[in-house]
Amino acid sequence: MSETVASTRSAETDSGPVSGAEVILENVGKRYPGQQQPAVGDLSMTINAGEIVMLVGPSGCGKTTTLKMINRLIEPTSGRIMLGGEDIIKANGDELRRRIGYVIQAGGLFPHMTVEANVKLVPNMLGWDKKKTATRTEELLDLVGLDPKVYRSRYPKELSGGQQQRVGVARALAADPPVLLMDEPFGAVDPITRQRLQDELLRIQKELRKTIIIVTHDFDEAVKLGDRIAIFRQGGEIVQYDTPEEILASPADDFVESFVGAGATLRQLTLVRVKDVPLDMPVTARIGEDKQEIARRAMQEGARDVVVVDERNRPLRWVDLRELEGSGKLAAGEDNKLKVIGEGATLNDALDTMLVSSHSSAIVVGRGNQIVGRVNVDIITNAIALLRSARNGANDDLDEMPDHDSSTRPSGARRVTR
Amino acid sequence: MTVDGSVTERPNEAVVADAPEMDQEPRRIKRKLPKSLFIQPVLILLALAGFLIWRANATLTTVQERTLGYSSIKAETIEHLKLTFAAAVIVLAIAIPLGIALTRKKLRRVATPVTFVANIGQAAPAIGLFVLLAIALQVGFWTSVLALCAYAMLPVLANTIVGLRGVDQRLVEAGRGQGMSAMAVLFRVELPLAVPVMLTGVRTALVLLVGTATLATFIDGGGLGVLITTGINLFQPKLLVSGALIVGLLALTVDWLGRLFEELFRPKGL
Ligand SMILES: Nc1ncnc2c1ncn2[C@@H]1O[C@H](COP(=O)(O)OP(=O)(O)OP(=O)(O)O)[C@@H](O)[C@H]1O
Ligand SMILES: [Mg+2]
Repeated sequence: MSETVASTRSAETDSGPVSGAEVILENVGKRYPGQQQPAVGDLSMTINAGEIVMLVGPSGCGKTTTLKMINRLIEPTSGRIMLGGEDIIKANGDELRRRIGYVIQAGGLFPHMTVEANVKLVPNMLGWDKKKTATRTEELLDLVGLDPKVYRSRYPKELSGGQQQRVGVARALAADPPVLLMDEPFGAVDPITRQRLQDELLRIQKELRKTIIIVTHDFDEAVKLGDRIAIFRQGGEIVQYDTPEEILASPADDFVESFVGAGATLRQLTLVRVKDVPLDMPVTARIGEDKQEIARRAMQEGARDVVVVDERNRPLRWVDLRELEGSGKLAAGEDNKLKVIGEGATLNDALDTMLVSSHSSAIVVGRGNQIVGRVNVDIITNAIALLRSARNGANDDLDEMPDHDSSTRPSGARRVTR
Repeated sequence: MTVDGSVTERPNEAVVADAPEMDQEPRRIKRKLPKSLFIQPVLILLALAGFLIWRANATLTTVQERTLGYSSIKAETIEHLKLTFAAAVIVLAIAIPLGIALTRKKLRRVATPVTFVANIGQAAPAIGLFVLLAIALQVGFWTSVLALCAYAMLPVLANTIVGLRGVDQRLVEAGRGQGMSAMAVLFRVELPLAVPVMLTGVRTALVLLVGTATLATFIDGGGLGVLITTGINLFQPKLLVSGALIVGLLALTVDWLGRLFEELFRPKGL
């Protein structure tokens, strides 16, 4: 087990104080009755307070079992689990679980209870007074980006999948538990919503610094979210438990290597944020501007297309030079081809977004959804070159690199663990 | 709140331009009562009015006058309802807790044999059940209630089991995962979610009971069955049809009340 101090992301200067607790598993095992092999054999790991640890591994390797042993939804058959110095086996199971947040796929919201009732569940069980609970509910809905006024009295069915998942997170955080357990939390939402939820989880974590343990099938997600990743093999055996950087740079063995998959350099794009690379600024135009004037500006910059923005600099749509032929003013139109990402998105997210964009680039928006630039193929290529020189040829996978030509779509090689 | 850029002040709009159709908000649920719920009572009232008009204008023999007198019809109807509701209360008090118990982990395995027994109760010819019990015990009201109970147990028991089994196990787990006790999960998650299916079972049982309670008259249990048996014995089609009509209207009314109840007590948000 590596003893490195908290990795780069949790060490960021502007994050809040750690409110999480340390979780230690000591020789933990689980054998289901009537089963030859134990689901988890003999597992020991330390999860540092305030870190996000991702559990990844093939199906049936014991990830869920491990996670549920931490809140004793599943009772371990051997070993010891310590939570902030307390042996959890001695605690009352129901009381223990009220102190540990638990999020499952699709949120697991109770369909017959409103958003508010779902979030209030644990505070009510803990006997909080009405006012404190109400304030907390509002605070939490705000925290997960849902306007309490709009969503408080809705039923889960009246929410989109992503919104349900947010409420699931709010409910788990309600009583401010030091530890959060999440079992494939973003498995049931579309890729773009997933990316957004991941970004939000990171934002929330930056503020709260809980100890968060997440089971995932998506290695990219593990690299993006994890301060550390634990790679499991059948029987709950940990093959490697380290920072994403370390796992990508030096996989422990062939098993991890196969898990990390081809194109480890490409995966490292998940470690770079959009705000950390120099962005390109597209030519912008406003509705009502003279077409010829816009075209002239674009030509000067050598651009073939222009981003239409609104009065607050929020991007609306792309316009081709061809559409700017003739005279007259730029009219409002459908704004369906534009792909935007936040500054906190990873280059991997940017690449994903670009690949589905008709303009091979992703517009980056900052505060208030204002345009701050764009990521294009050159920027990604440069980042890859930098990452590769940083790795110093330690793991040569040159042939996995996309050509500098934008028509190469490396997506096929990127997600191996799905 | 910190804004690291990936999430703007309006996180919901951050990617709106991007994939509007993917994470769109579904419509808000509006509850509407089905039309048939309004038609049914109208039809019942029309039929009842028809009967009353016929009764007021028909030329009847003295026997018929006596049997179809308002006061005796009223007394028989009340007796009929007493039979029905006594049986219903007992059935609910037994079948629902039993159904709950049979869906708990420890008893799950005996659910099939128990449902099988309940099945026999219903599959047996109802009249046979009444007569057998009358021979074994005695004739009268409570023996009739007992026979009715055996007959109406199955729909409530079966629907309680089916309703509870139909609850998404992930929700049960989510409840336990939040620290709810097994009891709390049962009362606050499982039962509310099973309510629609359970209520359908209760309604079915009630309708069955109203119909079957006509047999009580054979073992001196009272009820509207007396109209029908008198009609048959004395070959008086007017009595027979009147009895059948009143029982039918009663059953339809109970069914309607049941439906109304189901609509009103279906948990919101489903
Ligand atoms: N309740 C149970 N009874 C018996 N065996 C079980 C039970 N739950 C899980 N197992 C077994 O234990 C092993 C580990 O299961 P677990 O659910 O922890 O896997 P996992 O890593 O979460 O897999 P997945 O990625 O598919 O969710 C599997 O072989 C599974 O069949
Ligand atoms: Mg699992």
